[in-house]
Amino acid sequence: MRLLTHNMLSSNIKGVVNGFPLRIEAEKVIHKEVDLNPDFLRNIFSKIEWRALSDAARSLGYAELPEEAEESMLDSDEFLGKFHHALLEIHLEEGALVCPETGRKFSVSKGIPNMLLHEDEV
Amino acid sequence: MASRPENLAPPEIFYNDAEARKYTSSSRIINIQSKLSERALELLALPDDDVPRLLLDIGCGSGLSGETLTENGHQWIGLDISPSMLDIAVEREVEGDLMLHDMGQGLPFRPGTIDGAISISAVQWLCNADKSSHEPRKRLKAFFGSLYRCLARGAKAAFQMYPENMHQRELILKAAMQAGFAGGVVVDYPHSTKSRKEFLVLTCGPPSVNTAVPKAKGEEGESCSEDESGDDDDEEHQTVSISDRHRPKKRQKTGKKGKGRQWILKKKEQMRGKGHNVPPDTRYTGRKRKAKF
Repeated sequence: MRLLTHNMLSSNIKGVVNGFPLRIEAEKVIHKEVDLNPDFLRNIFSKIEWRALSDAARSLGYAELPEEAEESMLDSDEFLGKFHHALLEIHLEEGALVCPETGRKFSVSKGIPNMLLHEDEV
Repeated sequence: MASRPENLAPPEIFYNDAEARKYTSSSRIINIQSKLSERALELLALPDDDVPRLLLDIGCGSGLSGETLTENGHQWIGLDISPSMLDIAVEREVEGDLMLHDMGQGLPFRPGTIDGAISISAVQWLCNADKSSHEPRKRLKAFFGSLYRCLARGAKAAFQMYPENMHQRELILKAAMQAGFAGGVVVDYPHSTKSRKEFLVLTCGPPSVNTAVPKAKGEEGESCSEDESGDDDDEEHQTVSISDRHRPKKRQKTGKKGKGRQWILKKKEQMRGKGHNVPPDTRYTGRKRKAKF
């Protein structure tokens, strides 16, 4: 699972008001190289919760992202490269996602998070 | 459709390891799936500016439909309820992210984050109650409600589906409308039994000019590319004799000259409407052969 997906995910357990961001407990992290597409990054930037992304990247061992980011920074190639790496190249392979409100764990195995809810959580 | 997997077992049980492998190794299914996802992507009508979008593939299975999205340069997140199917998707090294999830429980995404959603042959599963806790109406509501929330404003969703009957179609459509979507059902090749395909095309936001439902394929005799060898040549020569009917026989309007060119053209048009492969109309169509032939 990439951090792009993590940044969109929010816990939808019944009664949870703020299920975002899910905390990451990483056991195994892998890196896969993909081509950088500046258009995509510019387009997706407005939808990204920056704080959540930089925190998540740090919890996966990538601390290069700045704390704050704004639209104008997208012109710098260096920033784009870091943004791209954090968003699309770091994969959480094994571990868990934890709901910030209830502490419920969603396990991640082979890169696939299990977001199935129990019957009493729907 | 001869058999419906929906009626055999719940999806996570029906698509077990064996079935998942069978599904993904059949070139026929791969072909159909990629054609359907190509069409669904077309119906999404994303702006033509080569900017990759973040799309959702609901019921992604082994990632066959996701591959089409990747080929078109988009980023995607796929979700499916069958772990076996997802395992195969991992094996096939698909580029999108995968997630084990039940769409009837609502989609776990932040509001306004997704640029579009496709789904190939999955939505009809929501009409089934596979567990005692399942209630199709509630599950449809949860699904469409959460979809409406997570789609960006003006984003579209195109779902190919096989509703079993009118009631299922109505149930699905009604749930979508209640969630606030505008749109409707697009039926490609409506006259054909084989190549007829239904797409539910929804737009996030109130109805307006640009939320009009796109045009279906094959409505006005457009020939369908699927190769179905014509087995209807013989049918016209077959006659059924009915002896014990006292009604006067209907006189066919055929003289010595045969049924005529007009009649042949009409029949050919009908077969085209059904999506059959029909030879083009030329000056040889319906021409009488010479006597010495």
